Amino acid sequence: MSSAEAAAPPPVRVFGVRHHGPGSARALAAALDAYAPDCVLIEGPADADKLIEWVADPVMRPPVALLAWQTDRPANAAFWPMAVFSPEWQALGWATRNGAETHFMDLPAAMTLAATGRQDPDEPDPDDAQGQVPADGELPEAGADRLTDDPEGPAGEAPEEDPRAGHRTDPIAELARIAGYDDPEAWWEDAVELRSTGDPFDDLTEAIGLLREATPETDPRTLRREAHMRKVLRAARRRGHERVAVVCGAWHAPALAGPAPTLKADNALLKGLPKVKTALTWVPWTHGRLATVSGYGAGIDSPGWYHHLFTAPDEPVARWFTLVARSMREHDLPVSSAHVIEASRLADALAALRGRPQPGLAEVSEATWSVLCAGSSVQADLVTREVVVGQALGEVPPGVPMVPLDADLRATARSLRLTMSATKRTITLDLRKPNDLAKSRLLRRLAILGIDWGKQGSARGTGTFKEAWELLWDPEFSVAVIEAAAFGNTVASAAGNALLTRTSTLPEVTAAVEQALLADLGEVLPELLATLDERAAGEPDVLHLLQSIPALARSMRYGDVRGTDTRALGAVAQTVLTRACAGLPAAASGTSEDAAETLRRAIDDVQGVVALLDERSGRLWHDTLRSLLASRTLPGLLSGRIVRLLLDAGRLTADEAARRLGRALSPGAEPERQAHWIEGFLAGSALLLLEDRQLLTVIDEWATDIPDEAFRRVLPALRRAFGTWSTAERRMLAGRVAHLGDPQTHAAEAAEDLLHAGPVLETVGAILGGGR
Amino acid sequence: MNTQTTLLRPHAEQRYAGELAALAAVDDRPRPANWRLSPWAVVTYLMGGTLGDGTVITPKYVGNRRLAEIAVATLVTDRALLLLGVPGTAKSWVSEHLAAAISGTSTLLVQGTAGTTEEAVRYGWNYARLIAEGPSQAALVPSPVMEAMGSGRIARVEELTRMPSDVQDALITVLSEKTLPVPELGSEVQARGGFNLIATANDRDRGVNDLSSALRRRFNTVVLPLPASAEEEVTIVTRRVRDLGSALQLPPADQAVDEIRRVVTVFRELRQGATEDGATSLKSPSGTLSTAEAISVVTNGLAMSAHFGDGVLRPRDVAAGILGAVVSDPVSDRAVWTEYLETVVRERPDWADFYRACREVDE
Repeated sequence: MSSAEAAAPPPVRVFGVRHHGPGSARALAAALDAYAPDCVLIEGPADADKLIEWVADPVMRPPVALLAWQTDRPANAAFWPMAVFSPEWQALGWATRNGAETHFMDLPAAMTLAATGRQDPDEPDPDDAQGQVPADGELPEAGADRLTDDPEGPAGEAPEEDPRAGHRTDPIAELARIAGYDDPEAWWEDAVELRSTGDPFDDLTEAIGLLREATPETDPRTLRREAHMRKVLRAARRRGHERVAVVCGAWHAPALAGPAPTLKADNALLKGLPKVKTALTWVPWTHGRLATVSGYGAGIDSPGWYHHLFTAPDEPVARWFTLVARSMREHDLPVSSAHVIEASRLADALAALRGRPQPGLAEVSEATWSVLCAGSSVQADLVTREVVVGQALGEVPPGVPMVPLDADLRATARSLRLTMSATKRTITLDLRKPNDLAKSRLLRRLAILGIDWGKQGSARGTGTFKEAWELLWDPEFSVAVIEAAAFGNTVASAAGNALLTRTSTLPEVTAAVEQALLADLGEVLPELLATLDERAAGEPDVLHLLQSIPALARSMRYGDVRGTDTRALGAVAQTVLTRACAGLPAAASGTSEDAAETLRRAIDDVQGVVALLDERSGRLWHDTLRSLLASRTLPGLLSGRIVRLLLDAGRLTADEAARRLGRALSPGAEPERQAHWIEGFLAGSALLLLEDRQLLTVIDEWATDIPDEAFRRVLPALRRAFGTWSTAERRMLAGRVAHLGDPQTHAAEAAEDLLHAGPVLETVGAILGGGR
Repeated sequence: MNTQTTLLRPHAEQRYAGELAALAAVDDRPRPANWRLSPWAVVTYLMGGTLGDGTVITPKYVGNRRLAEIAVATLVTDRALLLLGVPGTAKSWVSEHLAAAISGTSTLLVQGTAGTTEEAVRYGWNYARLIAEGPSQAALVPSPVMEAMGSGRIARVEELTRMPSDVQDALITVLSEKTLPVPELGSEVQARGGFNLIATANDRDRGVNDLSSALRRRFNTVVLPLPASAEEEVTIVTRRVRDLGSALQLPPADQAVDEIRRVVTVFRELRQGATEDGATSLKSPSGTLSTAEAISVVTNGLAMSAHFGDGVLRPRDVAAGILGAVVSDPVSDRAVWTEYLETVVRERPDWADFYRACREVDE
């Protein structure tokens, strides 16, 4: 470098960097200062040039990303994230500060997106939600080979390269092997990222040049991109710039620095490339989205560490452990300065043992685990999330162009003829009509995103295929849209991703599953169901398990109206039921009165939906209930209730039920237990007792035989049991009891009463499943 | 050599004397004071490898190399090393080999028990001499820790958490001040370079005598995990069962490998709370379900099949053993086991006989 400086500076300098490499960024900033170019060309979509002016805006704060999307299909999108430690960002900043002309030089996003759009033609509309998110991740960074293959794959680089990446020798791995490293990442760290001084660019370009000579680049897309970069470079030289700095991935450096192919050859490569109409903007980014841990296939593992390496003025290792210690103290994990000292010593010793010039992330992480976290991987994970990934949130100025989610929302609303009006309006939707169904879905998806444009009205009684919505567009929703844009580029994908974040408890997951079905977000269903299964497995509370079953079973029916495949849902519901049944005996025996009441409700609810599940589940459920009866410690309330349920379901004959009733109400049992038993048995419907003389006689005898003192104790429970009955039913019961000895009267009265109670009995009959 | 073959169990430095010598011969890297080998050579000794002169070093520990590196780097920085892990994760094994490779001896050992006294970690007296001659250097009986300090070698403490807390805390001075005062003689033993302490502790049955935080922070901790893959664990179990079986004259374990695989699978799935294919999540029972327990279930099953069955390891021979290992808490563990049986075992077509056997012993 110094030799280059002494002589006249060369007209072009190519800086081959590693995207998101803090060492590259540091070295680049120094090299730019030394070279003082009057024009800076950066690898990035050439049609994003007009967005460069925003870099100077004081509000603009990395991490941010350049986002490009196809205007009529926002799901086809790509982004180029930049953090403060990204060499590209440093180059942009340097050029803005020093007034150098700046251009992006890669293929325009219009062409990149045309290629990716062609690749998945089976994507019918922006509605095709979920598939787009992983695609998002894949697009820019050429997938999982981001780290090792880095210098070759810029942000926003081609998905087309992906399938090929496996075939080509990884250039960095090759260089690392020559240097005697097993881990290419470690070599790059040592050779480039961890050096704090010097100019590695020319040596690196030369080394990669040799590699490219040995295995020439054949990927047509990479060749086209390099042709475009050369084209922009030529144009810059023609404009008379004397010192042009080129910042690109290290893999491309030799193609730009070395002897160039002819203009004609380059033009031939670029001729006739398809284009699509594309819009670009800056969006705020987070360290979490830069990192692989957020589920994006692309990115870097440790943006927090890189950020630290780039910003720490000196002693990066000691400062790092101080940072970690501070984060741990915030979580009330006691860490002393002595710990920090010992952790630094261990990291140094490990680096020495492994022959590395300075501790890297592996060494500091292991020292953190062993010394600061005392071997606890739970604590170490906490540190990883908080410090290694980091929680930096970027910011973009308010004036940047609209985000694609907003565009998608407006486009969808327009196509469905929904106007964003600030006056209240009520619409009724018939879900059998496709257009109305789509409206309902849109409103539900927005509701998931916290954009309550529509509030569902009370037109529920009109059948399952009708919905009433009250529409009111609040201008503040625009803010919510921008916030929701972090979840995805279309309403569907954003809603799906938002649901995937609401999975911390079992009831939450169940609710999310129901919402996903209602909003037709079938793409996220498999993942939600997997989470549900996981939560159900880890759920120690049988009650929660039971409570989640009704919603699941009900959700299965939505498939009928909304055409969602709910078989997987059925399987999960059955598994949850199996788990609940396994734990129910332990949970039900010996519970307190209050808990028994809650459990009783849950069991009732499950009983109400168990018919929706398959036959095996029904059998399992009823077998479990039956086995519960054998337990002596089962609370009276549950015992009575279960006898009743089994009787209604035809799993217990009337004779047997009467025998159990007689036994439960026999003098050997505590009067209170008897009262709870009868409460559980009678809860809900009056029909059974009114109609079954045998049961009525048993109850009558029991009631008459209660001693006075005991009667006062059982009275509250008895009142509760009969309190749910209507006055008419109670009067009827009194009549029955009065005429218990007179069979004829009973029969005649029953016939007469049945006429009066017609509608009631109909409902009760439906509940009982068509009689006993 | 002859005496060694008659030994039931030679020490690491005896059994692997050849490998240690070969390593010392080729090792030209810097060695910390009083170390027989360089840190690099110690890691190689533990993890195995082939030396420049063609000597093959057998792997002593099968697992993550990085863990071995952390352990050795810890000893380089003269911080004490605490090896944590559930029973049967080779903690003592690793500690023995580290001591053998670094100091050439693995016998400076204090076994932690509820009855371990302070004399075992500091020093005791030869009372006959003490009474006859009064306190003197000759009447002093040094502990292994004191000997290691004086000679700059590694001392080992097994089952640190089983020692009473006051005995544990006697180590604090040793580790922080690197000295052991003998007030009776008005002298002290100062640690020489090369002295260090390797302790092992079981992190599953906590609360035996948890380390005080003062002592805890003088250790770097390395947690030794359970075997990473099912194949690795099956190999370990098969090998150990074979060793044990020949001593007990049980039928050879080789035909039983399918059943062993099943036992290992059940243990692993319940331990990690998910099926091996990752499709179903599970609850974990309260027991450890370590590799050592799997070994005992299989050995037990072999004995059952030899004495009460047809000599071939069948599902019913292991079912009772598995039930006993899994259900240590009669209420919660039973629910876990039933759930596992009904949601996982039952769904596997080729596990039908095993499912039946388990149902039989369950009822």
